[in-house]
Amino acid sequence: MEIGGIIAFLVFWAIMAGIFAVFALGLNIQWGYTGLFNIGIAGFFCIGAYTSALITTPRPEDVSPVYAQYVQQIFGWDLPFVCGLLGAAVVCGFIAFLIGYPTLRLREDYLAIATIGIAETVRLVFNNYHRLANGPRGLMGLPQPLQGLVDPRHYDYIYLVIVLAVMVVIYISIERAIRSPWGRVLRAIREDEVASAMSGKDIFRFKMQSLIFGSMIMGVGGALYAHYTKAISPDVFTPLYGTFIIWVMLMAGGSGNNKGAILGAFVVWGIWIGAKFLTDFLPYTLKARAPYIRFLIIFILLEIILIYRPQGLMGEEKRISKMID
Amino acid sequence: MAELIVYGIVLGSIIALGAIGLTLVYGILRFANFAHGDLMTAGAYIAFFLVTGLFPWLGIPDTTFGSLSFGWRMAFAFPIGMFCVAVVSILLDRILYRPLRLKRSGSVILAMSALGASFIIRMIVLILWGADYRLYRPGVLRPAIQLPLEIKIRPDQVFLLLVVLTLVILLYLFLQRTKMGKAMRATSDNMELARVSGIDTERVIIWTWGIGGALAGAGGILYGIDVQLHGGMGWNFLLPLFAATILGGIGNMYGALIGGLVMGVAQQVSTAYLLPTYKPAVAFIVMIVILLVRPQGIFGGRRA
Repeated sequence: MEIGGIIAFLVFWAIMAGIFAVFALGLNIQWGYTGLFNIGIAGFFCIGAYTSALITTPRPEDVSPVYAQYVQQIFGWDLPFVCGLLGAAVVCGFIAFLIGYPTLRLREDYLAIATIGIAETVRLVFNNYHRLANGPRGLMGLPQPLQGLVDPRHYDYIYLVIVLAVMVVIYISIERAIRSPWGRVLRAIREDEVASAMSGKDIFRFKMQSLIFGSMIMGVGGALYAHYTKAISPDVFTPLYGTFIIWVMLMAGGSGNNKGAILGAFVVWGIWIGAKFLTDFLPYTLKARAPYIRFLIIFILLEIILIYRPQGLMGEEKRISKMID
Repeated sequence: MAELIVYGIVLGSIIALGAIGLTLVYGILRFANFAHGDLMTAGAYIAFFLVTGLFPWLGIPDTTFGSLSFGWRMAFAFPIGMFCVAVVSILLDRILYRPLRLKRSGSVILAMSALGASFIIRMIVLILWGADYRLYRPGVLRPAIQLPLEIKIRPDQVFLLLVVLTLVILLYLFLQRTKMGKAMRATSDNMELARVSGIDTERVIIWTWGIGGALAGAGGILYGIDVQLHGGMGWNFLLPLFAATILGGIGNMYGALIGGLVMGVAQQVSTAYLLPTYKPAVAFIVMIVILLVRPQGIFGGRRA
């Protein structure tokens, strides 16, 4: 492979890893800091991607009557990229509220089951309700920000900068939030719910805020993904690809550590891509099953982490006042 | 409608087999075993290997029993399949969950480990058999018996209901009459107390996994006989399984039985109004309603 190809490949790797890092950061608020077991990330991924797609594309009827025969979508506002990101965050936050309301007062595993349920339901709705967003065929031709600026062949560099910038903004805002009194309450709830309730903290409200905050970030991640691939369809947002790979990233990097979440995303995405190179050596008859082998490797990795290194690569940062030490 | 209800009871009895195992494990080990659906898949595919691979090679005849769609091959494959899934389930506990239990990891970490296990099982099934839909016996005609109220039911489905009934009665007798059954119920009530009373709780845990796994395997094979096999079947069962378990009250075996039947009927009746692909979503909606209205389940059960 010539040098240009290698660089293009590294850029692709970094963009996708950066997008996954955004998800891992969102999950880190919910799981790493509050102990909320959200295993329906794919649902927020899907809603975020579709919301942004609907906000930023024009209505098919306005494009041309012929196009409208092939594409259906419930609305199309033709707004800029930034509105797509914000809209995705708002809608995901609202959905998180709807899920949190019945489940956050109950045992912790009920939230898990409910989030699996919402992820499946969202995917089924986008697949079967064609008027919403074109059913299983999905939406295509999503706009990309700053597209006219450079040659389309080099566009990936600009998108890489955008993704990394969004990632850094989210990283800084989480770091600030988590060092605030609000963040301390979240960690107190994770460590001991009863004790924090006895200190007069409204557990339900704090958990709800954490769930909504994390889910909004996941919505932004979904939007970033949608505008990178430019085409989305419901079959992308399966639990394997949309949820569990992100869990492995956070667990590998170190839950409760935002740098760990980012590191985990880059490392696990690297392993995922690396495993593809390995499975390319498989005989032709096994090629079709290569993705399963890659997933198998990733999940065996998860089990090993859980048993032998539950704190992940980095472990949780100590967060005490700078004055002590 | 009457026909949909009957089909719902058939589907529900399969869900019930899974949900009973799930609720037993939930009651004793206190964690959500997300691998339970994929244990059903494992059972279905182990039987598939026996029926289409090993038994023809051994020369076991392919004749069917009367108007049923299977014969001696399945008659042997069914108990062997149940046994193999029980072994798989116990091995998962020994390799993955027990080290976590010894480290006193939280129930959420165990649930995550179970999720990983569920994907490992599914990926192995998909690597070995691919993502195509499979049948135990392709191309066989499946005649139906005409009952009153325009209900058509296949002999296979009648047989399936009888098998589930037998398994549930056997389990009831086991839990009520045998020493191990009593120890299981005691451990489910209070593990610490059971341990001080001299009950070997590790043995109880092994038996719980074994029974839960065997029932899940049976459920998977029966679903394979009734409908078809697919690598993702266990995942589609997961939501109804949990909905049934929560509906019946966690740890309550009879609640899980009723919950399973309710979920089966709800899913089948919904197909009169919605696309059949929405079935998992129906289970989800029913579950959310239960969580809002009565999170401890209809029959009480463990605290929510």
